[in-house]
Amino acid sequence: MDIDKKKLDTIIKKNGGERNRILAIYQDIQSEYRYLPKEAVQYVCGRLDIPLVKGFEVATFYKALSLKPKGKHSVCVCLGTACHLKGGPAILETFERELKVKRDDTTEDGMFSVDTVNCLGACALAPLVRVDGKDFGKTSPPTVKKIIKEFKHGA
Amino acid sequence: MIEFTIDGKKVKATEGEFILPVALREGFDIPTLCHHEALGSDGRCRICVVEVKRGSRKRIVTSCLYPVADGIEVSTNAPDVMLVRKSVLELLYARCPEAEVLGHLAKKYGVENVRYSKDHDKGKCILCNICIRACAEIVGVSALGFSGKGMSKKVTTPFDEPSDTCIACGACVVACPTGHIFMKDDKGVRTIWKKKFPLAQCPECSRFHAPVEQLQYISKVTNVPLETLMVCQDCR
Repeated sequence: MDIDKKKLDTIIKKNGGERNRILAIYQDIQSEYRYLPKEAVQYVCGRLDIPLVKGFEVATFYKALSLKPKGKHSVCVCLGTACHLKGGPAILETFERELKVKRDDTTEDGMFSVDTVNCLGACALAPLVRVDGKDFGKTSPPTVKKIIKEFKHGA
Repeated sequence: MIEFTIDGKKVKATEGEFILPVALREGFDIPTLCHHEALGSDGRCRICVVEVKRGSRKRIVTSCLYPVADGIEVSTNAPDVMLVRKSVLELLYARCPEAEVLGHLAKKYGVENVRYSKDHDKGKCILCNICIRACAEIVGVSALGFSGKGMSKKVTTPFDEPSDTCIACGACVVACPTGHIFMKDDKGVRTIWKKKFPLAQCPECSRFHAPVEQLQYISKVTNVPLETLMVCQDCR
């Protein structure tokens, strides 16, 4: 994948070019590309003079960072205690079946990536699904189909 | 000079030392995995636990990272120490049932049945960090590191791919306490960390003696000409 070095330089400069800002730099890159390209990690480590393996450690440690390309829409299914009891796993299963994708992965057409989270802090709305930052509470398998439709056609 | 006791024996140590080196010097038997002469302590394997009594308070500490202090009473084999050590070994053994050294230690400390389900995808790696530190601190190339966290944490090269910085020196293999890291020399080629490195052939005795990339690295760091290094140590 080709990366825009100028863009990365701007991001690094914005963060003061400090090594200890690597996480912030990664986050900025991720919001630019929707994931953290390998080439970007290599470039950042080179610029900050960090061993590549250290930059790789940081990139793999945080769940918020992804080295794999993410879909256009990010689906986040809550599997926290409350959502789990209210049927979160069935919601996840419906997403997996409808989108033909496994959890922590992206659909072939690059439209959706399905991830799980261990609590979004809105247990009263269990089972909760967050798509592109928008929350859908008290979901059920039929509403899942509606949600998918909404994002597929609204895109 | 600091004075304290280990299993009732009076011992002396200098300030800032940790309990473990003092105890080993005095001939006490404390098992270790992540402690290395050249790298010091890291406090990761936790089987070097001892009991420290300070006044009327007792606690279990990792001897490799606990600084000596005047008047403390250290016990290397109190019942609590044995219990904790046994639990730690049980967990390590459940993670790496193939690691011979853990099998021996488990037997020695009486771990009979392991209550946890055994892992078979971790190899012999106990994540002690020795290889990573040897690579970064002694060799100075930083080709190895951890990836991920929790259950999927493992030692690897960047992106799980053959590393550009690795010089195939094998320091990680030598330092590893459990023998997890695979390295093989065959027909002038060394395989390590999923990469093949050509070995240098000595012009005198035509023996394959060291990876070319390692010799190039040594030459760069020490300014000794590469031609000198290409000759093996026996013929030099």
